[in-house]
Amino acid sequence: MGLELYLDLLSASCRAVYIFARKNSIPFDFQFVDLLKGHHHSKEYIAINPLKKLPSLKDGKFVLSESVAILFYLCRKYSTPSHWYPPDLHTRARVDEFMAWQHTAIQLPMTKILWIKMLIPMITGEEVPAEKTEQMLAEVKNSMQLFEEKFLQDKMFITGDHISLADLVALVEMMQPMGSQYNVFLCSSKIAEWRMRVELAIGSGLFWEAHDRLMKLAEWDCSTLEPMVKEKICELLQKFK
Amino acid sequence: MPLELFLDLYSPPCRAIYIFARKNGIPFELRPVELGRGEHLKPEFLKVNPLGKVPALKDGDFLLAESVAILLYLNRKYQVAAHWYPTELQARARVDEYLAWQHTAVQLPATNVYLCKSLLPHFSGQPVDPVRLDRLLGKLKPALRHLDQEVLATKPFLATEQLSLADLMAFTELMQPTAVGCDIFQDWPRLAAWRARVEAALGPELVQDAHRLVLQPRDPRDAQRDPKLAQELVQRLLERLS
Repeated sequence: MGLELYLDLLSASCRAVYIFARKNSIPFDFQFVDLLKGHHHSKEYIAINPLKKLPSLKDGKFVLSESVAILFYLCRKYSTPSHWYPPDLHTRARVDEFMAWQHTAIQLPMTKILWIKMLIPMITGEEVPAEKTEQMLAEVKNSMQLFEEKFLQDKMFITGDHISLADLVALVEMMQPMGSQYNVFLCSSKIAEWRMRVELAIGSGLFWEAHDRLMKLAEWDCSTLEPMVKEKICELLQKFK
Repeated sequence: MPLELFLDLYSPPCRAIYIFARKNGIPFELRPVELGRGEHLKPEFLKVNPLGKVPALKDGDFLLAESVAILLYLNRKYQVAAHWYPTELQARARVDEYLAWQHTAVQLPATNVYLCKSLLPHFSGQPVDPVRLDRLLGKLKPALRHLDQEVLATKPFLATEQLSLADLMAFTELMQPTAVGCDIFQDWPRLAAWRARVEAALGPELVQDAHRLVLQPRDPRDAQRDPKLAQELVQRLLERLS
Protein backbone atom coordinates (compact mmCIF):
# COMPACT_ATOMS: atom_id res chain seq x y z
CA MET A 1 0.00 0.00 0.00
CA GLY A 2 1.39 3.41 -0.96
CA LEU A 3 1.16 6.70 0.85
CA GLU A 4 -2.41 7.61 1.83
CA LEU A 5 -3.63 11.11 2.61
CA TYR A 6 -6.97 11.44 4.39
CA LEU A 7 -8.40 14.77 3.28
CA ASP A 8 -11.40 17.00 2.79
CA LEU A 9 -10.34 20.03 0.73
CA LEU A 10 -12.90 22.12 2.59
CA SER A 11 -10.25 22.27 5.32
CA ALA A 12 -7.33 24.68 4.83
CA SER A 13 -4.86 22.29 6.48
CA CYS A 14 -5.88 19.60 4.00
CA ARG A 15 -5.41 21.95 1.06
CA ALA A 16 -1.86 22.77 2.19
CA VAL A 17 -0.94 19.08 2.27
CA TYR A 18 -2.75 18.31 -1.01
CA ILE A 19 -1.16 21.19 -2.93
CA PHE A 20 2.31 20.37 -1.57
CA ALA A 21 2.08 16.69 -2.48
CA ARG A 22 0.69 17.40 -5.98
CA LYS A 23 3.16 20.22 -6.69
CA ASN A 24 6.07 17.94 -5.78
CA SER A 25 4.65 14.95 -7.67
CA ILE A 26 4.52 12.85 -4.53
CA PRO A 27 2.42 9.79 -5.35
CA PHE A 28 -0.47 9.23 -2.93
CA ASP A 29 -3.96 7.79 -2.61
CA PHE A 30 -6.53 10.50 -1.92
CA GLN A 31 -8.82 9.17 0.79
CA PHE A 32 -11.82 11.48 0.92
CA VAL A 33 -13.23 11.94 4.44
CA ASP A 34 -16.38 14.03 4.03
CA LEU A 35 -16.54 16.59 6.87
CA LEU A 36 -20.03 17.70 5.89
CA LYS A 37 -21.30 14.15 6.20
CA GLY A 38 -19.51 13.70 9.52
CA HIS A 39 -17.27 10.94 8.19
CA HIS A 40 -14.41 12.09 10.42
CA HIS A 41 -16.51 10.67 13.28
CA SER A 42 -16.94 7.28 11.62
CA LYS A 43 -15.57 4.10 13.23
CA GLU A 44 -13.31 3.58 10.21
CA TYR A 45 -11.73 7.00 10.50
CA ILE A 46 -11.44 6.95 14.30
CA ALA A 47 -9.39 3.76 13.89
CA ILE A 48 -6.97 5.83 11.80
CA ASN A 49 -7.01 9.02 13.88
CA PRO A 50 -8.73 8.88 17.30
CA LEU A 51 -8.60 12.68 17.44
CA LYS A 52 -11.09 12.69 14.53
CA LYS A 53 -9.26 15.49 12.76
CA LEU A 54 -8.05 16.06 9.21
CA PRO A 55 -5.60 15.77 7.56
CA SER A 56 -4.01 12.42 8.37
CA LEU A 57 -1.17 10.67 6.61
CA LYS A 58 -0.76 6.90 6.51
CA ASP A 59 2.56 5.51 5.30
CA GLY A 60 2.46 1.76 5.74
CA LYS A 61 1.74 1.34 9.45
CA PHE A 62 2.83 4.87 10.31
CA VAL A 63 -0.05 7.28 10.90
CA LEU A 64 0.61 11.00 11.33
CA SER A 65 -1.72 13.91 12.04
CA GLU A 66 -1.20 17.71 12.10
CA SER A 67 -0.63 19.37 8.72
CA VAL A 68 2.60 21.10 9.83
CA ALA A 69 4.11 17.76 10.89
CA ILE A 70 2.88 16.13 7.67
CA LEU A 71 4.41 18.87 5.52
CA PHE A 72 7.80 18.53 7.26
CA TYR A 73 7.60 14.72 6.91
CA LEU A 74 6.89 14.92 3.18
CA CYS A 75 9.71 17.48 2.70
CA ARG A 76 12.20 15.17 4.36
CA LYS A 77 11.05 11.84 2.99
CA TYR A 78 10.76 12.99 -0.61
CA SER A 79 13.71 15.43 -0.55
CA THR A 80 11.69 18.28 -2.02
CA PRO A 81 13.48 21.43 -3.32
CA SER A 82 15.13 23.26 -0.43
CA HIS A 83 13.22 26.55 -0.85
CA TRP A 84 10.16 24.92 0.74
CA TYR A 85 11.97 24.53 4.08
CA PRO A 86 15.36 26.25 3.68
CA PRO A 87 18.34 24.68 5.47
CA ASP A 88 19.88 28.02 6.51
CA LEU A 89 19.54 28.42 10.30
CA HIS A 90 17.91 31.85 10.29
CA THR A 91 15.71 31.28 7.26
CA ARG A 92 14.41 27.97 8.60
CA ALA A 93 13.67 29.67 11.91
CA ARG A 94 11.49 32.20 10.07
CA VAL A 95 9.40 29.38 8.61
CA ASP A 96 9.15 27.69 12.04
CA GLU A 97 8.14 31.01 13.57
CA PHE A 98 5.26 31.50 11.15
CA MET A 99 4.14 27.85 11.33
CA ALA A 100 3.87 28.16 15.13
CA TRP A 101 2.17 31.58 15.18
CA GLN A 102 -0.45 30.75 12.55
CA HIS A 103 -2.33 28.11 14.58
CA THR A 104 -3.97 30.69 16.83
CA ALA A 105 -3.35 33.92 14.94
CA ILE A 106 -4.49 32.96 11.44
CA GLN A 107 -6.11 29.53 11.23
CA LEU A 108 -8.50 29.94 14.14
CA PRO A 109 -9.93 33.38 13.24
CA MET A 110 -10.12 32.61 9.49
CA THR A 111 -12.11 29.46 10.18
CA LYS A 112 -14.37 31.37 12.58
CA ILE A 113 -15.28 33.86 9.83
CA LEU A 114 -16.51 31.01 7.64
CA TRP A 115 -18.60 29.65 10.50
CA ILE A 116 -19.98 33.02 11.54
CA LYS A 117 -20.72 34.42 8.07
CA MET A 118 -22.02 31.31 6.46
CA LEU A 119 -22.13 27.90 8.08
CA ILE A 120 -23.94 28.86 11.28
CA PRO A 121 -26.66 30.96 9.58
CA MET A 122 -27.04 28.38 6.83
CA ILE A 123 -27.39 25.43 9.15
CA THR A 124 -29.22 26.89 12.14
CA GLY A 125 -31.16 29.62 10.33
CA GLU A 126 -29.89 32.08 12.93
CA GLU A 127 -27.34 34.88 12.65
CA VAL A 128 -24.48 35.26 15.08
CA PRO A 129 -24.86 38.52 17.09
CA ALA A 130 -23.30 41.46 15.22
CA GLU A 131 -21.06 42.30 18.16
CA LYS A 132 -19.32 38.91 17.98
CA THR A 133 -18.94 39.21 14.23
CA GLU A 134 -17.34 42.64 14.56
CA GLN A 135 -15.00 41.34 17.25
CA MET A 136 -13.93 38.45 15.02
CA LEU A 137 -13.36 40.68 11.99
CA ALA A 138 -11.27 43.06 14.11
CA GLU A 139 -9.14 40.12 15.26
CA VAL A 140 -8.61 39.05 11.65
CA LYS A 141 -7.69 42.59 10.60
CA ASN A 142 -5.13 42.73 13.40
CA SER A 143 -3.61 39.40 12.37
CA MET A 144 -3.39 40.49 8.73
CA GLN A 145 -1.63 43.67 9.82
CA LEU A 146 0.91 41.70 11.88
CA PHE A 147 1.37 39.31 8.97
CA GLU A 148 2.20 42.19 6.64
CA GLU A 149 4.41 44.12 9.06
CA LYS A 150 6.33 41.24 10.60
CA PHE A 151 6.27 38.26 8.24
CA LEU A 152 5.93 39.64 4.74
CA GLN A 153 7.39 43.18 5.02
CA ASP A 154 8.77 44.27 1.64
CA LYS A 155 9.77 40.82 0.48
CA MET A 156 8.31 38.77 -2.36
CA PHE A 157 7.66 35.83 -0.05
CA ILE A 158 7.96 35.26 3.70
CA THR A 159 11.55 33.97 3.50
CA GLY A 160 12.64 36.26 0.66
CA ASP A 161 12.71 35.48 -3.03
CA HIS A 162 11.17 32.03 -3.03
CA ILE A 163 7.95 30.41 -1.90
CA SER A 164 8.19 28.25 1.21
CA LEU A 165 5.84 26.14 3.36
CA ALA A 166 5.02 29.30 5.30
CA ASP A 167 3.50 31.06 2.25
CA LEU A 168 1.56 27.93 1.29
CA VAL A 169 0.04 27.52 4.75
CA ALA A 170 -0.64 31.25 5.09
CA LEU A 171 -2.46 31.46 1.78
CA VAL A 172 -4.71 28.42 2.09
CA GLU A 173 -5.81 29.63 5.50
CA MET A 174 -6.49 33.17 4.34
CA MET A 175 -8.59 31.67 1.54
CA GLN A 176 -10.96 30.06 4.04
CA PRO A 177 -13.34 33.05 4.42
CA MET A 178 -13.74 33.07 0.60
CA GLY A 179 -16.10 30.15 1.10
CA SER A 180 -18.49 32.73 2.54
CA GLN A 181 -17.50 35.31 -0.10
CA TYR A 182 -15.49 37.31 2.41
CA ASN A 183 -12.23 38.47 0.84
CA VAL A 184 -9.51 39.31 3.40
CA PHE A 185 -7.06 40.24 0.62
CA LEU A 186 -8.91 43.48 -0.07
CA CYS A 187 -7.44 45.00 3.09
CA SER A 188 -3.94 45.46 1.68
CA SER A 189 -2.49 45.74 -1.82
CA LYS A 190 0.82 44.30 -0.58
CA ILE A 191 -0.98 41.16 0.63
CA ALA A 192 -3.09 40.97 -2.52
CA GLU A 193 0.10 41.04 -4.63
CA TRP A 194 1.72 38.40 -2.43
CA ARG A 195 -1.41 36.25 -2.82
CA MET A 196 -1.08 36.35 -6.62
CA ARG A 197 2.63 35.52 -6.44
CA VAL A 198 1.97 32.46 -4.28
CA GLU A 199 -0.86 31.31 -6.54
CA LEU A 200 1.44 31.59 -9.59
CA ALA A 201 4.31 29.81 -7.82
CA ILE A 202 1.94 26.93 -7.01
CA GLY A 203 0.32 27.04 -10.44
CA SER A 204 -3.15 28.55 -10.89
CA GLY A 205 -4.61 25.28 -12.17
CA LEU A 206 -3.61 23.30 -9.09
CA PHE A 207 -4.44 26.20 -6.76
CA TRP A 208 -8.04 26.64 -7.97
CA GLU A 209 -8.62 22.92 -8.29
CA ALA A 210 -7.71 22.58 -4.60
CA HIS A 211 -10.11 25.41 -3.70
CA ASP A 212 -13.05 24.25 -5.80
CA ARG A 213 -15.00 22.56 -2.99
CA LEU A 214 -14.55 25.60 -0.74
CA MET A 215 -15.70 28.03 -3.42
CA LYS A 216 -18.82 25.92 -4.09
CA LEU A 217 -19.76 25.73 -0.41
CA ALA A 218 -22.58 28.27 -0.86
CA GLU A 219 -24.25 25.88 -3.31
CA TRP A 220 -24.22 23.01 -0.86
CA ASP A 221 -27.59 21.57 0.11
CA CYS A 222 -27.32 21.56 3.86
CA SER A 223 -30.44 19.45 4.30
CA THR A 224 -28.10 16.52 3.62
CA LEU A 225 -26.08 17.46 6.71
CA GLU A 226 -25.52 14.64 9.15
CA PRO A 227 -27.71 15.23 12.27
CA MET A 228 -24.78 14.84 14.68
CA VAL A 229 -22.78 17.46 12.79
CA LYS A 230 -25.83 19.74 12.82
CA GLU A 231 -26.07 19.31 16.60
CA LYS A 232 -22.42 20.27 17.05
CA ILE A 233 -22.93 23.36 14.92
CA CYS A 234 -25.91 24.45 17.02
CA GLU A 235 -23.70 24.04 20.11
CA LEU A 236 -21.10 26.24 18.42
CA LEU A 237 -23.72 28.94 17.84
CA GLN A 238 -24.49 28.99 21.57
CA LYS A 239 -20.83 29.73 22.26
CA PHE A 240 -20.98 32.84 20.09
CA LYS A 241 -24.16 34.17 21.67
CA MET B 1 26.89 40.22 22.38
CA PRO B 2 25.77 36.91 23.84
CA LEU B 3 22.42 35.24 23.21
CA GLU B 4 19.55 37.10 24.91
CA LEU B 5 16.36 35.34 26.00
CA PHE B 6 13.39 37.53 26.84
CA LEU B 7 11.35 35.50 29.31
CA ASP B 8 8.73 35.66 32.04
CA LEU B 9 8.98 32.45 34.06
CA TYR B 10 5.25 32.73 34.85
CA SER B 11 4.80 31.61 31.23
CA PRO B 12 5.09 27.86 30.47
CA PRO B 13 6.76 28.24 27.04
CA CYS B 14 9.32 30.58 28.67
CA ARG B 15 10.06 27.94 31.31
CA ALA B 16 10.54 25.32 28.59
CA ILE B 17 13.17 27.50 26.92
CA TYR B 18 14.84 28.37 30.21
CA ILE B 19 15.09 24.72 31.19
CA PHE B 20 16.33 23.71 27.73
CA ALA B 21 19.07 26.35 27.65
CA ARG B 22 20.21 25.64 31.22
CA LYS B 23 20.07 21.85 30.80
CA ASN B 24 22.19 22.03 27.63
CA GLY B 25 24.71 24.53 29.02
CA ILE B 26 23.76 27.16 26.44
CA PRO B 27 25.15 30.52 27.59
CA PHE B 28 22.55 33.28 27.59
CA GLU B 29 21.55 36.54 29.21
CA LEU B 30 18.13 36.43 30.81
CA ARG B 31 16.07 39.52 29.98
CA PRO B 32 13.05 39.42 32.31
CA VAL B 33 9.78 40.68 30.84
CA GLU B 34 7.08 41.09 33.50
CA LEU B 35 3.74 40.25 31.92
CA GLY B 36 1.96 41.33 35.10
CA ARG B 37 3.26 44.86 34.55
CA GLY B 38 2.32 44.85 30.86
CA GLU B 39 5.99 45.01 29.83
CA HIS B 40 5.31 42.81 26.79
CA LEU B 41 3.17 45.58 25.32
CA LYS B 42 5.66 48.41 25.81
CA PRO B 43 7.46 49.93 22.76
CA GLU B 44 10.87 48.75 24.00
CA PHE B 45 9.80 45.10 23.95
CA LEU B 46 7.75 45.41 20.76
CA LYS B 47 11.03 46.30 19.02
CA VAL B 48 12.25 42.81 19.98
CA ASN B 49 8.95 41.05 19.26
CA PRO B 50 6.25 43.02 17.39
CA LEU B 51 3.84 40.19 18.17
CA GLY B 52 3.91 41.39 21.80
CA LYS B 53 4.50 37.97 23.34
CA VAL B 54 7.08 36.10 25.34
CA PRO B 55 9.31 34.24 24.82
CA ALA B 56 11.56 36.09 22.38
CA LEU B 57 15.18 35.56 21.35
CA LYS B 58 17.87 38.01 20.25
CA ASP B 59 21.05 36.56 18.77
CA GLY B 60 23.16 39.49 17.58
CA ASP B 61 20.88 41.15 15.02
CA PHE B 62 18.67 38.12 14.67
CA LEU B 63 15.28 38.34 16.39
CA LEU B 64 13.00 35.33 16.82
CA ALA B 65 9.57 34.81 18.39
CA GLU B 66 7.47 31.67 19.12
CA SER B 67 8.67 29.09 21.65
CA VAL B 68 8.60 26.16 19.20
CA ALA B 69 10.72 28.09 16.69
CA ILE B 70 13.12 29.16 19.44
CA LEU B 71 13.55 25.61 20.76
CA LEU B 72 14.23 24.31 17.23
CA TYR B 73 16.72 27.16 16.63
CA LEU B 74 18.63 26.46 19.85
CA ASN B 75 18.49 22.75 19.06
CA ARG B 76 20.15 23.29 15.67
CA LYS B 77 22.59 26.04 16.57
CA TYR B 78 24.02 24.37 19.66
CA GLN B 79 23.98 20.76 18.45
CA VAL B 80 22.45 19.30 21.59
CA ALA B 81 21.87 15.59 22.24
CA ALA B 82 19.82 13.89 19.53
CA HIS B 83 16.98 12.70 21.78
CA TRP B 84 15.56 16.26 22.02
CA TYR B 85 14.68 16.30 18.31
CA PRO B 86 15.49 12.84 16.87
CA THR B 87 16.97 12.58 13.40
CA GLU B 88 15.00 9.47 12.44
CA LEU B 89 12.14 10.49 10.13
CA GLN B 90 9.16 9.03 11.98
CA ALA B 91 10.44 9.86 15.46
CA ARG B 92 10.98 13.48 14.41
CA ALA B 93 7.51 13.56 12.91
CA ARG B 94 6.03 12.49 16.27
CA VAL B 95 7.75 15.43 17.99
CA ASP B 96 6.52 17.81 15.24
CA GLU B 97 3.03 16.37 15.63
CA TYR B 98 2.91 17.14 19.35
CA LEU B 99 4.47 20.61 18.97
CA ALA B 100 1.81 21.53 16.38
CA TRP B 101 -1.16 19.97 18.19
CA GLN B 102 -0.38 21.48 21.59
CA HIS B 103 -1.00 25.12 20.63
CA THR B 104 -4.77 24.76 20.59
CA ALA B 105 -5.25 21.42 22.32
CA VAL B 106 -3.12 21.90 25.42
CA GLN B 107 -1.73 25.42 25.73
CA LEU B 108 -5.00 27.23 25.16
CA PRO B 109 -7.17 25.28 27.65
CA ALA B 110 -4.38 24.87 30.26
CA THR B 111 -3.71 28.61 30.19
CA ASN B 112 -7.42 29.34 30.60
CA VAL B 113 -7.59 27.15 33.71
CA TYR B 114 -4.60 29.02 35.14
CA LEU B 115 -6.10 32.42 34.30
CA CYS B 116 -9.37 31.48 35.99
CA LYS B 117 -7.76 29.96 39.08
CA SER B 118 -4.97 32.47 39.65
CA LEU B 119 -4.74 35.61 37.53
CA LEU B 120 -8.42 36.62 37.47
CA PRO B 121 -8.93 36.33 41.27
CA HIS B 122 -5.61 38.09 41.84
CA PHE B 123 -6.49 41.14 39.77
CA SER B 124 -10.20 41.29 40.48
CA GLY B 125 -10.01 40.61 44.21
CA GLN B 126 -12.95 38.23 43.72
CA PRO B 127 -12.87 34.54 44.72
CA VAL B 128 -12.51 31.85 42.04
CA ASP B 129 -15.76 31.15 40.15
CA PRO B 130 -16.20 27.37 40.62
CA VAL B 131 -18.67 26.99 37.74
CA ARG B 132 -16.34 28.72 35.30
CA LEU B 133 -13.35 26.74 36.60
CA ASP B 134 -15.20 23.48 36.19
CA ARG B 135 -16.18 24.33 32.61
CA LEU B 136 -12.58 25.28 31.73
CA LEU B 137 -11.18 22.11 33.30
CA GLY B 138 -13.66 20.23 31.15
CA LYS B 139 -12.10 21.82 28.05
CA LEU B 140 -8.65 20.51 29.03
CA LYS B 141 -9.92 17.00 29.74
CA PRO B 142 -9.94 15.65 26.13
CA ALA B 143 -6.22 16.44 25.73
CA LEU B 144 -5.35 14.83 29.07
CA ARG B 145 -7.40 11.77 28.17
CA HIS B 146 -5.70 11.48 24.78
CA LEU B 147 -2.21 11.77 26.32
CA ASP B 148 -2.94 9.34 29.15
CA GLN B 149 -5.05 6.74 27.30
CA GLU B 150 -3.62 6.80 23.82
CA VAL B 151 -0.19 8.42 23.61
CA LEU B 152 1.39 7.10 26.84
CA ALA B 153 -0.24 3.68 26.53
CA THR B 154 2.54 2.51 24.20
CA LYS B 155 5.60 4.49 25.29
CA PRO B 156 7.25 6.19 28.28
CA PHE B 157 7.48 9.66 26.70
CA LEU B 158 5.17 11.59 24.42
CA ALA B 159 6.92 11.18 21.08
CA THR B 160 9.44 8.36 21.43
CA GLU B 161 11.20 6.13 23.96
CA GLN B 162 13.25 9.09 25.17
CA LEU B 163 12.68 12.60 26.50
CA SER B 164 12.16 15.13 23.66
CA LEU B 165 11.08 18.73 23.07
CA ALA B 166 7.49 17.45 23.14
CA ASP B 167 7.80 16.33 26.75
CA LEU B 168 9.50 19.56 27.77
CA MET B 169 6.73 21.74 26.30
CA ALA B 170 3.98 19.52 27.71
CA PHE B 171 5.57 19.40 31.15
CA THR B 172 5.82 23.15 31.71
CA GLU B 173 2.35 23.62 30.20
CA LEU B 174 0.66 21.05 32.45
CA MET B 175 2.53 22.38 35.50
CA GLN B 176 0.76 25.72 35.01
CA PRO B 177 -2.68 24.82 36.40
CA THR B 178 -1.04 22.33 38.79
CA ALA B 179 1.24 24.96 40.33
CA VAL B 180 -1.75 27.08 41.32
CA GLY B 181 -3.73 24.27 42.90
CA CYS B 182 -5.51 22.51 40.03
CA ASP B 183 -3.77 19.15 40.06
CA ILE B 184 -4.63 17.94 36.59
CA PHE B 185 -2.49 14.82 37.05
CA GLN B 186 -4.61 13.31 39.83
CA ASP B 187 -7.12 11.56 37.55
CA TRP B 188 -4.57 10.30 35.06
CA PRO B 189 -2.09 7.71 36.41
CA ARG B 190 0.02 7.34 33.24
CA LEU B 191 0.33 11.10 32.95
CA ALA B 192 1.36 11.32 36.62
CA ALA B 193 4.04 8.65 36.10
CA TRP B 194 5.22 10.48 32.97
CA ARG B 195 5.47 13.72 34.94
CA ALA B 196 7.77 12.07 37.50
CA ARG B 197 9.87 10.61 34.71
CA VAL B 198 10.26 13.98 32.98
CA GLU B 199 11.11 15.75 36.23
CA ALA B 200 13.79 13.14 36.98
CA ALA B 201 15.24 13.41 33.46
CA LEU B 202 15.35 17.23 33.53
CA GLY B 203 16.70 17.35 37.07
CA PRO B 204 14.49 18.24 40.08
CA GLU B 205 16.64 21.25 41.04
CA LEU B 206 16.40 22.84 37.60
CA VAL B 207 12.64 22.16 37.47
CA GLN B 208 12.18 23.69 40.92
CA ASP B 209 14.25 26.72 39.95
CA ALA B 210 12.24 27.32 36.78
CA HIS B 211 8.92 26.92 38.62
CA ARG B 212 9.79 28.96 41.70
CA LEU B 213 7.81 32.02 40.57
CA VAL B 214 4.64 30.24 39.49
CA LEU B 215 4.62 28.08 42.64
CA GLN B 216 4.64 31.11 44.92
CA PRO B 217 1.27 32.54 45.93
CA ARG B 218 0.84 35.98 44.39
CA ASP B 219 1.18 39.04 46.63
CA PRO B 220 -2.26 40.75 46.67
CA ARG B 221 -0.52 44.14 46.91
CA ASP B 222 0.89 43.62 43.39
CA ALA B 223 -2.62 43.82 41.94
CA GLN B 224 -3.26 47.19 43.61
CA ARG B 225 -0.08 48.75 42.25
CA ASP B 226 -1.83 49.93 39.07
CA PRO B 227 -5.63 49.75 39.55
CA LYS B 228 -6.35 50.95 36.00
CA LEU B 229 -4.18 48.23 34.45
CA ALA B 230 -5.78 45.69 36.79
CA GLN B 231 -9.26 46.74 35.67
CA GLU B 232 -8.34 46.49 31.96
CA LEU B 233 -6.79 43.10 32.54
CA VAL B 234 -9.87 41.83 34.39
CA GLN B 235 -12.08 43.01 31.52
CA ARG B 236 -9.94 41.18 28.94
CA LEU B 237 -9.74 38.05 31.09
CA LEU B 238 -13.52 37.92 31.50
CA GLU B 239 -13.97 38.24 27.73
CA ARG B 240 -11.42 35.52 27.08
CA LEU B 241 -12.79 33.10 29.68
CA SER B 242 -16.52 33.54 28.93
